[in-house]
Amino acid sequence: MKNKSLVSITDYSKEDYLRIIALAEEFEARPDPAILKDKVVATLFFEPSTRTRLSFESAVLKMGGNVIGFSDSNSSSVAKGETLYDTIKIVSNYCDLIVMRHPMEGAARFASELTSVPVINAGDGANQHPTQTLLDLYSIAKTQGTLENLTIFMVGDLKYGRTVHSLLMAMSQFQATFYFISPDELKMPEEYKYYLNCLGLKYTEQKEIGPNIETADIIYMTRVQKERFSDPIEYERTKNAYVLKSKMLEGTRDNMKVLHPLPRVNEIDQDVDRNPKAYYFTQALNGIFIRQAIIASILGLK
Amino acid sequence: MKNKKLEVSAIENGTVIDHIPAKALFKVISILNLEKVDRQITFGTNLDSKKLGKKAIVKLSDTFFIDNEINKIALVAPQAKLNIIRDYIVIEKKVVEVPEEIMGIAKCMNPKCITNNEKIATRFRVVSRRDVKLKCHYCEKITDQEHLEII
Repeated sequence: MKNKSLVSITDYSKEDYLRIIALAEEFEARPDPAILKDKVVATLFFEPSTRTRLSFESAVLKMGGNVIGFSDSNSSSVAKGETLYDTIKIVSNYCDLIVMRHPMEGAARFASELTSVPVINAGDGANQHPTQTLLDLYSIAKTQGTLENLTIFMVGDLKYGRTVHSLLMAMSQFQATFYFISPDELKMPEEYKYYLNCLGLKYTEQKEIGPNIETADIIYMTRVQKERFSDPIEYERTKNAYVLKSKMLEGTRDNMKVLHPLPRVNEIDQDVDRNPKAYYFTQALNGIFIRQAIIASILGLK
Repeated sequence: MKNKKLEVSAIENGTVIDHIPAKALFKVISILNLEKVDRQITFGTNLDSKKLGKKAIVKLSDTFFIDNEINKIALVAPQAKLNIIRDYIVIEKKVVEVPEEIMGIAKCMNPKCITNNEKIATRFRVVSRRDVKLKCHYCEKITDQEHLEII
């Protein structure tokens, strides 16, 4: 994987996922504070995403590396009308690795073809955010002891949610069984169901979280955004059906964990935070270890 | 009465592209960049066709295409047929096939795609041939036949 950009979750194979997860475990157990000494990582955030940027920068600093970059396009030459092409060409001279987030879809793929410096996609519009998916995989592997043969509940906005789409693509390599829980307007797109059919994997679509919840190993919650609904009355009618409460977790498996890519709004009641099955805050911490693993691997240091 | 029907004359050597849907003629001209060809070219359009209703035909003297080049027109003229002519005789008949990859001809239908916002040649993988579906190499979104726009 040395020098290979990570733009899309499908750029990595099942073996790559497992290797990165093993590396993240190593970083979590034994921090390596000097491995990135003398390396410069550029974080180019053409749109703000504080959580993701801080997570990447923290990962670099914890390995003794240096960070340059900008946190939104207003504070860069983009505001003066510079093209992405020029920005990438210039910044490539200053760094060993580029981490970029951009509002346009395909921007990271384009950037990765312009430079010999590897590029990590930290989100390109509604398209891809592969490090989020890898940290989800790491969280699942850590809590379940395996990635094979798990039952995954995906809840909320399954139509526009890029995290659920990427997670589905990745988990489909491990014989997962899926439950899709969403309002009609936000159902899992046909192309993903077709993909699962081709692989012979089982999935069930349902409108409520409750049925079959006792079979779940992972409940992956996402935000249902009001603006996604064409009919505001429909939103008011359905919004409470996709809110997880602690009481609903009674009778679920002991190993079951609740995940969420964050930020949450109201789709997980705060009473779940005190439930030992809540895992979303630890999940965010896992993001540091997985990003350390990805960076070290791409720079050929591990 | 003498038959006054206009015959498009036969060519000695070259390529005849037949069964182009009439409305796709100018797209075919643009895709093949015929504007730049300095040999004799004859176009006919709105000709009656049992299969297509109205069809167009292009006869190109002394011009031959490699498969990769001519296959690009399959996007707009999937039923097009080629007759390769030598000494007034059809020596080969070919049908066009949608290629596996399409570079720089079609526009990505996703307005948020980087190719619609920065100067980049588009690039697609063909994921369905019969009912054309193109997957953008950059934004990974699908552009289907209905929304296909030739640049």
